[in-house]
Amino acid sequence: MSWANAAVQGVLLGGLFALFATGLSLSFGVMRFVNLAHGDLAILGAYLAVSTTSALDVNPFVSLLVVVPVMAAGGYVLQRLVFDRTMGPDPLPAILVTFGLGVVIQNVLLERYSADSRGLDAGSIETRSIRLTDGIAVGWLPLLTLATAVAVLVALQVMLSRTRPGRAFRATADDPDTARLMGIDDRSVHGRVMAISFATVALAGVFLGVRGTFGPAEGPAVLLFGFEAVVIGGLGSLWGTLVSGIVLGLAQALGNQVDVRYDLLSGVLYGHLLFLAVLAFRPHGLFGRRGRA
Amino acid sequence: MTDAARIRRSTPESTAGLVVSAALVLALATLPSWDPERTLQTPLVVVLIYLSLAQMWNLLAGFAGLVSIGQQMFVGIGVYSLLTLAEDRGFDPYLSVALAGLVAAVLSIPVALFAFRLKGGYFAIGTWVIAEVVRLLVLESDSLAGGDVRSLTRSSLGGYSRDARDDITYWLALALAVGATAIVVLVLRSRLGLGLRAVRDSEGGARGLGVDVTRTRLVVWVVAAFWTGATGAVILLNSPSARADSAFSVLRWTALVIFIAVIGGVGSTTGPILGVLVYWFIDEQLAEADTWRFIILGTVAAAMAVVAPRGLYGLLQRWRPVQFFPVRRRLVVPEEPG
Repeated sequence: MSWANAAVQGVLLGGLFALFATGLSLSFGVMRFVNLAHGDLAILGAYLAVSTTSALDVNPFVSLLVVVPVMAAGGYVLQRLVFDRTMGPDPLPAILVTFGLGVVIQNVLLERYSADSRGLDAGSIETRSIRLTDGIAVGWLPLLTLATAVAVLVALQVMLSRTRPGRAFRATADDPDTARLMGIDDRSVHGRVMAISFATVALAGVFLGVRGTFGPAEGPAVLLFGFEAVVIGGLGSLWGTLVSGIVLGLAQALGNQVDVRYDLLSGVLYGHLLFLAVLAFRPHGLFGRRGRA
Repeated sequence: MTDAARIRRSTPESTAGLVVSAALVLALATLPSWDPERTLQTPLVVVLIYLSLAQMWNLLAGFAGLVSIGQQMFVGIGVYSLLTLAEDRGFDPYLSVALAGLVAAVLSIPVALFAFRLKGGYFAIGTWVIAEVVRLLVLESDSLAGGDVRSLTRSSLGGYSRDARDDITYWLALALAVGATAIVVLVLRSRLGLGLRAVRDSEGGARGLGVDVTRTRLVVWVVAAFWTGATGAVILLNSPSARADSAFSVLRWTALVIFIAVIGGVGSTTGPILGVLVYWFIDEQLAEADTWRFIILGTVAAAMAVVAPRGLYGLLQRWRPVQFFPVRRRLVVPEEPG
């Protein structure tokens, strides 16, 4: 029964991984941009929520009304002022700028909030659960996380395929030069994509903070999980991202079952090993089209 | 036609540069005899270690297009190879430095099998994931005991006196830093280096001209792994103890190294030397504040990557083009008579 329970928890954990991956997937899909500070931005979002909840005395979920717009605005401004200047055939400047940004965010958080673990207290939702059978209980919080991830991905998919800004996104992704000729301001598109990317990862950071504790140094772990979900799903495929987030969550939860000796680490290790296996045998991901990477 | 056009690599400055470098290396090599208080020697060991790491990262990212954020994996492998060889097997710790490099070089080949499937930014994160996997495996391994604080004990350091140990460690760090710079110069002067730069400028074009891109990259990857692993072993010799988290630290052994290379200038031989001098200067001002070191160097490096992608060396070149190392091929055409 504990195996079945682990599987259920793994699927739910996948919701969080999919949220980590959404912004990475979108910014790579539209503008081939890899943001190495992505994970540190999630942690930054969580700390912003810490400050907002204590300043306004509100629930962490209410603080999202402040955190998400602030982060989105930050993403837009950074893209227009800094990231756009690093985009080109040579990937090195973009890697250096975003990696440097991530290290700086980590250390500024360390200076400002100390290395102590923090948590976000969202009240009784954290502990309430639905009992399915004797051994399996589904927590409200993981369920809400997964539902949020699905909602975000559905909204993004509808925006991309049905709306005018979405068409501009896709046109810029397919052929930026022609898109420009058609009157699309591709730099503005890049700014909006980065705003969405920052918003989703801040959302993910707040869910991470409500779920457990976090510290300034945990950004890279978020980046690596998100990146693995993107590659396993196939680069640039949003639905692949959701499924692979869930696959990754399953690998971690089941890994914990296999190897109970080191309960925390082994799950993470099995997630990484699954990623390496996919890289070795299906380098274009489970759902990716050939030749996109 | 008696005087045909010829390819030359040396310039008057590069000849002067070579003489100055040789004099500097000689002065540094004899440092222990004229710096008895070790006021210069002690900080220099760390500076030389960072120069060695920065040159190797520069070789990968600046010339081979392999932007790795996983080099801490080879530092950690070097540290744990030395612990295993010297502490558990009783080998001489100083001779084991080369063996530690060899272990890193051998292990870098399977790493390449996975990582080379990814490109650009995804290669960077992919190498980072693999470094994490190696760290976790060392942490969980019973025989390596990565979770415990481990150190080279007196018995494994053998009959060397304290002073002799400090001097040998310093000389090893100097040899690694000078050797790393020499490797970059020699690789760039060779056919391999010509291929690398062709690949960097146009991968498709280089392929078309018959450059075996994957093989070229693999050779450079393995060389850098060897040198980074050997440097890791010297890092352990220079510090009293290690844990998996410190030996495989991405901030210490990759982020700082990247910042040094970027501030000095990626894609040039002189750049990392300038970068490590900047690092040394900032480090002297900051005593213990680790956080601020990362904040300052990270901000400067990120800003440089946007406004001056060729670093301090690039700015210097813009002001006065000087080639200190004879790595660039120039066409010399004799003047027409009359």
